[in-house]
Amino acid sequence: MSKLSLRTYTLLQTVTSVGLSAMARAVTGVRPIWSGSEPSDRQRIYFANHTSHGDFILLSACLSETERAKTHAIAAAEYWGKSRLRRFIAEDMLSSVLISRQWTSEAEHPISIMLSVLDQGHSLIIFPEGTRNTSDELLPFRSGLYNLSMARPDVELVPCWIENMSRVLPKGQFLPVPLLCRVVFGAPVAVAPGEERRAFLQRARAELLALNPRPDRDD
Amino acid sequence: MRHEISILIIGLFVVLSTASVTAGILSMRAPKPLSATLVNLTQRINAWWVMVALMTVAFFFGRYGMTILFALISFAALREFVTLTHSRRSDHWVLLGMFGIVIPFQYWLVWTAWYGLFVIFIPVYCFLLMPAITALHGDTERFLERVSAQQWAIMISVYCVSHVPALLTLNVPGFEDRNLLLIAFLIIVVQGSDVLQYIFGKLFGKHRFSPNVSPSKTWEGLIGGLVASSLLGALLAFITPFSPLQASAVAFIACTMGFLGGLVASAIKRDQGVKDWGHLIEGHGGMLDRTDSLVFAAPIFFHIVRYFWTV
Repeated sequence: MSKLSLRTYTLLQTVTSVGLSAMARAVTGVRPIWSGSEPSDRQRIYFANHTSHGDFILLSACLSETERAKTHAIAAAEYWGKSRLRRFIAEDMLSSVLISRQWTSEAEHPISIMLSVLDQGHSLIIFPEGTRNTSDELLPFRSGLYNLSMARPDVELVPCWIENMSRVLPKGQFLPVPLLCRVVFGAPVAVAPGEERRAFLQRARAELLALNPRPDRDD
Repeated sequence: MRHEISILIIGLFVVLSTASVTAGILSMRAPKPLSATLVNLTQRINAWWVMVALMTVAFFFGRYGMTILFALISFAALREFVTLTHSRRSDHWVLLGMFGIVIPFQYWLVWTAWYGLFVIFIPVYCFLLMPAITALHGDTERFLERVSAQQWAIMISVYCVSHVPALLTLNVPGFEDRNLLLIAFLIIVVQGSDVLQYIFGKLFGKHRFSPNVSPSKTWEGLIGGLVASSLLGALLAFITPFSPLQASAVAFIACTMGFLGGLVASAIKRDQGVKDWGHLIEGHGGMLDRTDSLVFAAPIFFHIVRYFWTV
């Protein structure tokens, strides 16, 4: 747990974040649509649909410089921890936080890692589908969202619909097609008193789906 | 040519200043908060200042400036078109090729003045090869719709737009080294016609031209705009190889094509359920919202000049 000291935002991370955000804007002309929430320095968990490695770059490009410096994407250690290079890109350049699906000790538990990030005052970007989705439908949500909200009820859960990224950089491709993208930030969701886990996850998923600005286009 | 360019720049400066002052006076007198139309008018005029400034800069870089500027316009337009239309995961390489190969190659053909290939590269070779690549990928879901949208995307955004800088390759006797003025004439007349149609429509518009396609287009706007822009064409005859009468006829045809371009663009947008192509130009919408008329006018203007005025 000691290696999770997030206080120092290194020069490399700053350069990477500024560079990638500028690139995301040049290629996709990404614009944030604040529809139910506003930009804020409050501690938040942004949760979004996930189809592409570009997703969190697009989402963080919509945040202010200071917000971006204290917002970390949660990524799978099974993929990003596979080689030293990938781990370097994920942790030292993108300042993501890696979690393992096959955790063994309590310290490796995904929820305790995410809580330790929150406890340092930082914000999170999570993809509750748990994987990059290649189907046309939003996948069912994993429980992490519910558990985090129960453990830290004062942190806002903000749904973010990322548009078009599955077409810009689909899974398995490495060259992006320049298409226009938007990120729609919706109203925060919270677990209602007595709300059961599955009901909440379904509601959060529906809230996210409702942000899709063009639900008619089935792609 | 320097003389003509100075007159054009002074003329545009006077027109835009008049527009800004008029919009400023209207905004000062109007009740607060300002109406959406008035806010939009001011945004549009401000964007015109930027667009005219960019065009002027590109103008001074001559052939380089024009070719690069219109290649970038093609890029922005193609991005808007492809974003709006349906595509699937299996189209990834075709889409990449449209941006990475078709745009650079078409503008290289413009640059080298290889007319024979310039006119057929997209309508023949891309038309045949792109669906072939899509078929080789084996994904037949909504096949015809996808390949049609791809073909339309490059015809509109790349092929048609590239006819503007291609005007520089025409050899008009007695008009050597002054082809840049042909571009200036086309753009001023066609964009001027858009503005004039907007003004006549706002002032006198009563009878909708085609309520199903575009609620903002009226007969009054169309007729007023076309007559006024034909006169504008005659007025600009001094920068062209045309006589004043010829210039007004050419302007009339180009602006009629421009009007039809706007109508087709509206039909596509309506079909796809959006109001604008994008948000690149404040107050106007996307690149294609501003260039839809030029897209339809440029190839026709190019062929008229090539057929009647070149050797």
